[in-house]
Amino acid sequence: MAQPSTISPATLLKDELDIVIPTIRNLDFLEMWRPFFQPYHLIIVQDGDPSKTIRVPDGFDYELYNRNDINRILGPKSSCISFKDSACRCFGYMVSKKKYIYTIDDDCFVAKDPSGKDINALEQHIKNLLSPSTPFFFNTLYDPYRDGADFVRGYPFSLREGVPTAVSHGLWLNIPDYDAPTQLVKPLERNSRYVDAIMTIPKGTIFPMCGMNLAFNRELIGPAMYFGLMGDGQPIGRYDDMWAGWCTKVICDHLGLGVKTGLPYIWHSKASNPFVNLKKEYKGIYWQEELIPFFQSVTLPKDCTTVQQCYIEISKQVKAKLSKVDDYFNKLADAMVTWIEAWDELNPSGAKSAELPKGASK
Amino acid sequence: MRTSPSLLSLTIDSAVLNLSNIADLSSLPDHIVVDLFLRTLRAGKLNERVLKLFIATGKDEVFSLIRALNIRATVIPVLPTTIKDDEIDIVIGAVRSDLTSFMNEWRPMFSRFHLIIVKDPDLKEELKIPEGFNLDVYEKPHMDQVVGSSTSVFFSGYACRYFGYLVSRKKYIISVDDDCLPARDPKGFVVDAVAHHITNLTTPATPFFFNTLYDPFAEGSDFVRGYPFSLRTGVKCALSCGLWLNLADHDAPTQALKAKQRNSRYVDAVMTVPAGSLVPISGINIAFDREVVGPALVPALKLAGEGKFRWETMEDIWSGLCVKVVCDHLGLGVKTGLPYVWRTDRGDPIASLKKEWEGVKLMEEVVPFFQSVRLPREATTVEDCVVEVANAAKERLGLTDPVFARAAKAMLDWVNLWKSVAYISSSSPAV
Repeated sequence: MAQPSTISPATLLKDELDIVIPTIRNLDFLEMWRPFFQPYHLIIVQDGDPSKTIRVPDGFDYELYNRNDINRILGPKSSCISFKDSACRCFGYMVSKKKYIYTIDDDCFVAKDPSGKDINALEQHIKNLLSPSTPFFFNTLYDPYRDGADFVRGYPFSLREGVPTAVSHGLWLNIPDYDAPTQLVKPLERNSRYVDAIMTIPKGTIFPMCGMNLAFNRELIGPAMYFGLMGDGQPIGRYDDMWAGWCTKVICDHLGLGVKTGLPYIWHSKASNPFVNLKKEYKGIYWQEELIPFFQSVTLPKDCTTVQQCYIEISKQVKAKLSKVDDYFNKLADAMVTWIEAWDELNPSGAKSAELPKGASK
Repeated sequence: MRTSPSLLSLTIDSAVLNLSNIADLSSLPDHIVVDLFLRTLRAGKLNERVLKLFIATGKDEVFSLIRALNIRATVIPVLPTTIKDDEIDIVIGAVRSDLTSFMNEWRPMFSRFHLIIVKDPDLKEELKIPEGFNLDVYEKPHMDQVVGSSTSVFFSGYACRYFGYLVSRKKYIISVDDDCLPARDPKGFVVDAVAHHITNLTTPATPFFFNTLYDPFAEGSDFVRGYPFSLRTGVKCALSCGLWLNLADHDAPTQALKAKQRNSRYVDAVMTVPAGSLVPISGINIAFDREVVGPALVPALKLAGEGKFRWETMEDIWSGLCVKVVCDHLGLGVKTGLPYVWRTDRGDPIASLKKEWEGVKLMEEVVPFFQSVRLPREATTVEDCVVEVANAAKERLGLTDPVFARAAKAMLDWVNLWKSVAYISSSSPAV
């Protein structure tokens, strides 16, 4: 039977979770999150001009990396980290020493649930990550491990233990995550529907993963969370999280890990300029017609048993099958390999990320 | 000589004409309120606002009138106007004989449609059905006549509704268990499950890529960034599975363990179950496009100890897995989520548990089987697909348990029955 978690998750993961935030302006939004974020360590990845100083509100424990730091730490391998795009956030995943990551955009604020109560998004993500996923058979009552829910009639008992959850994908109230064409057609549409559900995305199904409100188990899936080559000098933008999501889901499916989507909601306050977005996404809108069938048909050989091995294998298939779409994919495939090399360098000891002792945060 | 009307009478008549300007009736004496109410009714001017006005007076006579005349507030939402009422059949399998309160509760939603009520052939008592519906009732003698007494065994217990699916002449079927009542959404509005199912069936499904904002065709929603444009037209939705508040559809062990648990979470979403993903489709609250997928709903898996409570059956789960496999193969969609119905407390799960575990054990074989079924390219019709599944079941499961061999045979018989008995409108395109 499904048992709800009885331990208080927030206190448990205080020293095991890093919050990664990419930013180019300021971090005033953290004031609203203070009650929920202050106990945690922040990794701030500063995009754009490194000579600018990012103001972090007092009382937060953080480390900050700008482009100079990225270049210094990675050397020539820094070429795999995007410049002038929030995709640079994946550098934060790489340098983190914690087991779990929560990443959030700096225009995302605390939302309220239908009863008017503030939503502790981080706590919900932690609950999602600490309870199993059920990717092999769809439960019509959604997350069976939640209070008040369970598996429905017909759900085989042998599948009720579930699998470990690697990713928790949250949603957004107010400005929804639409692409540029939809934004242009529906500039005033706001997401006001609070869907009180968390569900596992079934095995074999890929999905559009948004990086605005995302948590994952870095030990289980970290190396797959490469946000690609975007922004300055690249032909495409706003597909960083999509790319990471497709790779991550394929690898999770292969390794028997789960991906959840649904709660928690955050309040997305800023709609980016749809014309700027259109320029960034333009190629992506055509390319995704090829990318989706590609990812849907990727098969990984049995001897790929680690995330890194799976990821390298995917990069080979990207080179083989997608370079005819555009030469960009050759570069991207190379960058994927560079990313794994850099990851392994910064996270040594064996196939998975090292389990480092829980020291005091900086 | 006609008596000229009294001043009071003229005043009341004038009030009826000016109801839209009246905001408060509570200062009126009781007998005048009653008279006004009756004249309002006679004039055909009773709408929801006016009804609320009378209710607000708090007068007992008004309430007794409302009860006596069975007046009810109108229900939102309204059916999409592109669907004609005569395209829909509501099929109810009567496992209990007294349907009075069930039908009366559903009256606002059911009364405009044709209903097919099928009586469980094992039920001895006469059916009690209230007046005022356009319906056909089928009982064992009809089944014997239409399908022969040897095959009428298909239709015992909850499976009796399949007879209704067979003899229906409509495009869409909506079916709820006879222990389910209309639910209320979190705002307190009564859920029109019929209208909602029809909306699900008449808007596209999106099985090939998961939309994180769920149904992109719902009001206020759309496809998210990263959703390929070529997949945004979607496919035809063949099946709509609703959910249940109060008593959720758990199996007997789960319900027995969590005896007090009731489902109070209203999840405001409809979503397409992705292609290639299987799902346990409960028969408690479903709707489907009979013309497109009718033969795939098969009354096949009959447990040895099958009983008259849902947790003593698995027929709908088998049927649903079959439908999903067929839909995946033919590029049709299956949606799950809204609408909710209110499932009343009934039965004792512990008693059911003591009776038998069979259904729960069988699922360990059933699910892997359906997950492994591969339909050949040449199977292009629903009937062909069902036959393929039946043959695969016989081959792979037949020796595991005789119940599966029987189910496989029942599926083949069902397809033949469907071909000879069922009406499919000639205007519907071949699948």
